[in-house]
Amino acid sequence: MTGKDEAELSRLMRAAIAGDERAYADFLRRTAALVRGFIRRKIVQGGVDPEDVVQETLLAIHVKRHTWRQDLPVLPWVYAIARFKLIDAFRRRGRRIEIEIDEIAETFAEPEAETVSGRDINRALDGLPPAQRSVVSSVSVEGRSIGETAAKFGISETAVRVSLHRGLAAIAKRFGAKQFKRE
Amino acid sequence: MRTDDLIKALDADVRSTAMPLGSAWWIGAGAATLIAAVVFWLAIGPRTDIATAMYTTRFVAKFVFTTALAVSAFALIRALSTPGAATSRAATWMIAAPLLVAVAVGLELLSVPAADWGRRLVGSNMLICLTFIPLIGIGPLAVFLAVLRYGAPTRPVLAGAVAGLLAGGLAATFYAAHCFDDSPLFVATWYTIAIAILAALGALGGRLFVRW
Repeated sequence: MTGKDEAELSRLMRAAIAGDERAYADFLRRTAALVRGFIRRKIVQGGVDPEDVVQETLLAIHVKRHTWRQDLPVLPWVYAIARFKLIDAFRRRGRRIEIEIDEIAETFAEPEAETVSGRDINRALDGLPPAQRSVVSSVSVEGRSIGETAAKFGISETAVRVSLHRGLAAIAKRFGAKQFKRE
Repeated sequence: MRTDDLIKALDADVRSTAMPLGSAWWIGAGAATLIAAVVFWLAIGPRTDIATAMYTTRFVAKFVFTTALAVSAFALIRALSTPGAATSRAATWMIAAPLLVAVAVGLELLSVPAADWGRRLVGSNMLICLTFIPLIGIGPLAVFLAVLRYGAPTRPVLAGAVAGLLAGGLAATFYAAHCFDDSPLFVATWYTIAIAILAALGALGGRLFVRW
């Protein structure tokens, strides 16, 4: 099962890097489910919402996807990022934890569905300049395409893409910043 | 924002592309070498007798040590900046430079009378060495830390320290062409301290600047 996951996810990610949107959506959904299973099993006490870490991990995967070497397996890369973001999440919240570096546990991570609650990402989104915030919201929460978003705000598709890219990069950077804390 | 919504946004951004990290490292290495060369030529330049020194074993050995350090540190930092990449083999190669120096020190102790050891160790250039290796290396270190930021090191402090070793190996390769003290006793002492300064700066830089 894991070997099949690896081959399939590597193939999807290679297609995504070549610009294939459908492959990328597929990759992200499947990766999110695996990472969710991994994070949930690592968080035994409360204090950190697993879904926040899943979202941070997905953003990091997105903005750092140029660090994946296409001749290497993709899952160790994904889990290394997830583990880094998990440790970071605890550190940022002033908790010290021991996370076992357990490779075997990763291979048995089962896909899991998300739960909904207040999100760190919403706070990061609120911190964006208005233009970027409205574009990111339009494409994500409101589910519009790039073209529909361009029409809605009366700007070019290129401008939408630029705002979206900068907005996502800024959110990812906020997650990485030390001073970003929940209230 | 639900995770599915986030995925929509990430997916819509699929066409934004960035240079592969591997290429960024080679560009960084080129830029760092250029910076080191310029600072070296402006600040000190090669020693005047370099044409004859090139034929002495001790002089050439200095370049073997410093190049071994730079090459092994480059391999290790590339692995450290890639999440999930295997680092143990590259880390093992890091003992090559210290090992070569240790062997050279042993040979030096055997071939030089004990009365001369102190003079050779202290040399004539130690303050210049301690000044100019960090000075030549600081620009390259900044370049390497910038590439680390572009990458995704899961151990930023360690990666920063290795960036310092890499900058140190590079700077020492240039500095070795200037320095008149060719004894392995001198190199093992003062080059090591100078490079350690860069490694400490790199670790600090990794802690402060390499966040993602």
